[in-house]
Amino acid sequence: MNRRIDVSLTVNGEKVSRSVDTRTHLIDFLRSELGLTGAHTACEHGVCGACTVRVDGDAVRGCLVMAASLDGAVVETIEGLSDTGEIRDLQAAFVARNASQCGYCTPGMLVSAADILKHAPNASRDDIREHISGNYCRCTGYQAIVDAIDDVLKARRESEAA
Amino acid sequence: MNEIVTPRSLGLSREDLPNSYIGRAVPRPNARKLVEGRATYTDDVSLPRLVHAAFLRSPHAHARIVSIDTSAALDVPGVVRVFTGAELAKVCDPWVAVLAHLKGMKSAPQYPLPLERATWQGEAVVAVVADTRAAAEDGVAALAVLFDPLPAQVDMETALRPDAVIIHPELGDNLVFTRTAETGDVAAAFASAHKIVEATFHTGRHTGVTLEPRSIIADYNRADGTLTVHHSTQAPHMMQNVFATQLRMPEGDVRVICKDVGGSYGIKVHVYPDEMAVACMSRIMGRPVKFIADRFEAFGSDIHARDHRITGRLAVDAEGRFLAFDIDDLTGIGPYSVYPRTSAVEGNQVVNLCGGPYAFGAYRCTTTVVLQNKSPTCQYRAVGHPIATAVTEGLVDLAAEALGLDPVAIRRKNLIRDDAYPCTSPAGMRFEGLSHHASLDKLLDMVPLERIRADQAEQRRKGVYRGLGFASFIELTNPSPFMYGIGGAKISAQDGCTVRMDPDGSVVALSGVTEQGQGTEAILAQIVAHGVGVPVAKVKVVTGDTQTTPYGGGTWACRGAGIGGEAALQSAIALKEQILQVAGAMLQAQPSSLDIIMGEVVDRATGQSRMPLSELGRIVYYRGDTLPKDLARELVQTRHYITKEYPFAFTNGIQASWLEVDIETGIVKLLEHWCVEDCGRVINPMLVDEQVRGGIVQGIGGALYEHCIYNKDGQLLTTTLADYLVPMAAEMPDMHVGHVETPTQESLLGAKGAGEAGTAGAPAAIMNAINDALGPLSAKVFAQPFTPERILKALGTIA
Repeated sequence: MNRRIDVSLTVNGEKVSRSVDTRTHLIDFLRSELGLTGAHTACEHGVCGACTVRVDGDAVRGCLVMAASLDGAVVETIEGLSDTGEIRDLQAAFVARNASQCGYCTPGMLVSAADILKHAPNASRDDIREHISGNYCRCTGYQAIVDAIDDVLKARRESEAA
Repeated sequence: MNEIVTPRSLGLSREDLPNSYIGRAVPRPNARKLVEGRATYTDDVSLPRLVHAAFLRSPHAHARIVSIDTSAALDVPGVVRVFTGAELAKVCDPWVAVLAHLKGMKSAPQYPLPLERATWQGEAVVAVVADTRAAAEDGVAALAVLFDPLPAQVDMETALRPDAVIIHPELGDNLVFTRTAETGDVAAAFASAHKIVEATFHTGRHTGVTLEPRSIIADYNRADGTLTVHHSTQAPHMMQNVFATQLRMPEGDVRVICKDVGGSYGIKVHVYPDEMAVACMSRIMGRPVKFIADRFEAFGSDIHARDHRITGRLAVDAEGRFLAFDIDDLTGIGPYSVYPRTSAVEGNQVVNLCGGPYAFGAYRCTTTVVLQNKSPTCQYRAVGHPIATAVTEGLVDLAAEALGLDPVAIRRKNLIRDDAYPCTSPAGMRFEGLSHHASLDKLLDMVPLERIRADQAEQRRKGVYRGLGFASFIELTNPSPFMYGIGGAKISAQDGCTVRMDPDGSVVALSGVTEQGQGTEAILAQIVAHGVGVPVAKVKVVTGDTQTTPYGGGTWACRGAGIGGEAALQSAIALKEQILQVAGAMLQAQPSSLDIIMGEVVDRATGQSRMPLSELGRIVYYRGDTLPKDLARELVQTRHYITKEYPFAFTNGIQASWLEVDIETGIVKLLEHWCVEDCGRVINPMLVDEQVRGGIVQGIGGALYEHCIYNKDGQLLTTTLADYLVPMAAEMPDMHVGHVETPTQESLLGAKGAGEAGTAGAPAAIMNAINDALGPLSAKVFAQPFTPERILKALGTIA
């Protein structure tokens, strides 16, 4: 059961080469092998979204993707998104709205929210609720999260219109 | 010591202080690390020589452990050791979870891993330690454990029958605890009643589903004999005491650290045998051992809660005045009472809280707490509150219907008057000051009642069934030693705060209460900034380390703001007085003529700046030679606080839920939700609002979705988040939160708790709204969760 495969990929802009156990999920690879602990493990069934990261530009569940399948892939985690500044306004809105209580779901929630900013700039509040329904939050009741994402969508639309 | 200082005695007015932070929506200082993925949860910690634990868990609800063959497991690559119950018992004493003040309570000794029998499906039986979690799981898969399945006592309704399986034969029966509270002449009240309404309610067994699972790293250092535990817990000092006591160590040799905690809600305030096993294994191996529960393990081994069947009767007179409540509660708690809070407290709270918001004469309530072969239950957010509120408010709506009264009118008629305090409830609860009528007024300002009733009537004509439901509630917060201490549990009801000024004028506050995301560190920073007189950004708060913070209770029963906050305020005021003593000596002025505002020592009369705190700090720490020789110069103060007058600070509130029931599918769609709550002094309205909203959603979860379902053999069927439904964003309504402030007079701060309010009232409001919607169809539901199946059964659509 311990077959290993060599993979080379780009994680948060840095080249990474490792020999991985074929059964290792991306989330465990990121956390245990690379020390990128921002994305979290919570349900391990692809249901809750706490492990959401980007692979080749798409938001994916880190607990459903095998690390061994990622040779040549480009992976971005919450640490990378923070460093590039791509979602700085979204993060600021989450802080301002207290859209993060225990913070455990937050990195995954932000990656999903970033997906809305990228692909659905005109999303309504209902659209936002729909889109983040794959990301569970047990603390906030979601309302502050929807508010924060809505704030950023509006601000980005206004700055584009200006 | 610890005298309560009043605003008058200090000559202070909180609101008039220029640098007042009380009542301001200050963002949380620790939020940025959360949004950047740079927090430190227990699983993020890695230590040299760390090994990982995995457990073989019982596949049976009840079984004798015949034999354990570890040889194949030990051959698995990466496996270091295998531990059984007998080995761990050599270093760890068992515990029995009873409280002396819960008269007659009994439970059985519990070990880190069982010695002879497994008593619920999911109980950890054998532990494997390996260099990775994956290898440890391989080891578990290679274990050969022979079980002899025994008959299981699954149904709580039959647990006391003569033919029941006695789970612990040495206890004689499965009765853990029973208590009846009785006041007034209940029989006479019912005999004289104009109407009597009655119903049987069920609350579904559910669990907390903290997104961060239970997590622990225990690290025993043989060189100095210390045990350091990184732990996702709400009560680090309590756990320090537990580890020290059970492992026979001095308390000072145990250090519990909890940095960021990914959700707790009461789930992480208990002693779990698998976590004790981790501490034992580290103690034996002399190296750090990590255990992170996976979701499957979490569903089967985290505490469950709220598995109750309650029959209730309410007697009312011809005017609709309440005469008496008569309630019978039954709850099944699994095979052990959970240490150290005990699993009898939830039922006990039902007795304490039923009828709580109302004035009435006679009361009888019995709780019966029994053992069963299911996961243990214990305290989860708003312990007992949603149960008591659902029963009370369900009966209130039935009474309104029986008398032809409006749900608001019957509440208005019976809620305890706002000028009736202090008073004692028929259940024996002492209320200092509640605001039921002011809260109802505020709610009616927020809920567009006329528009809703008009819409409801119009929709019904179209065959759309919408309903509005109300639920008044009380909430128990700021617990004193009367909650656990008098029963012999080593759970601190007091809490402390140390506040220190550093040379640059910044302030460090170390507190015994803890942060799980509710914003403890934010409000403590606000309180300390307010009390000392510095900008909030100059305050650094440290929590979650038993070696550095004052001894305290941590987070439970909504005590962070009310207890921890008051300790912080008192220590901040003491530090300010000390700073002004030093400033007086430096400036040749009477300390009483000086004040501190936004980090500057100022002349109290004129507000003119005399000296920045950074200059005072520089001189005190580096040029003490220039100060008078006998000047006390400790720029650090510690105060501890405990409530004295009342066993608990009760809070109150009222919720309303507006929803639609699809009578074809039985699906409930939430449209809008309102909550008015009175938590006394609001320190940070944004954080309180989010606590209330989050609480409402956990209440909605219990009301509509969440359910730990077992089959008749005691097999848990809901063990993944695909089987166990929790609320998601798309189904949640907009939630409007309003406040009434009745500060407790016990403390200068005046804060009570806010964390349980949403959860306490939401299920009852939803139940009453569903029953309002179904009114024209003469259907009613009383069993939570109100699933489509149960609603369709009530409608007679399905059998």
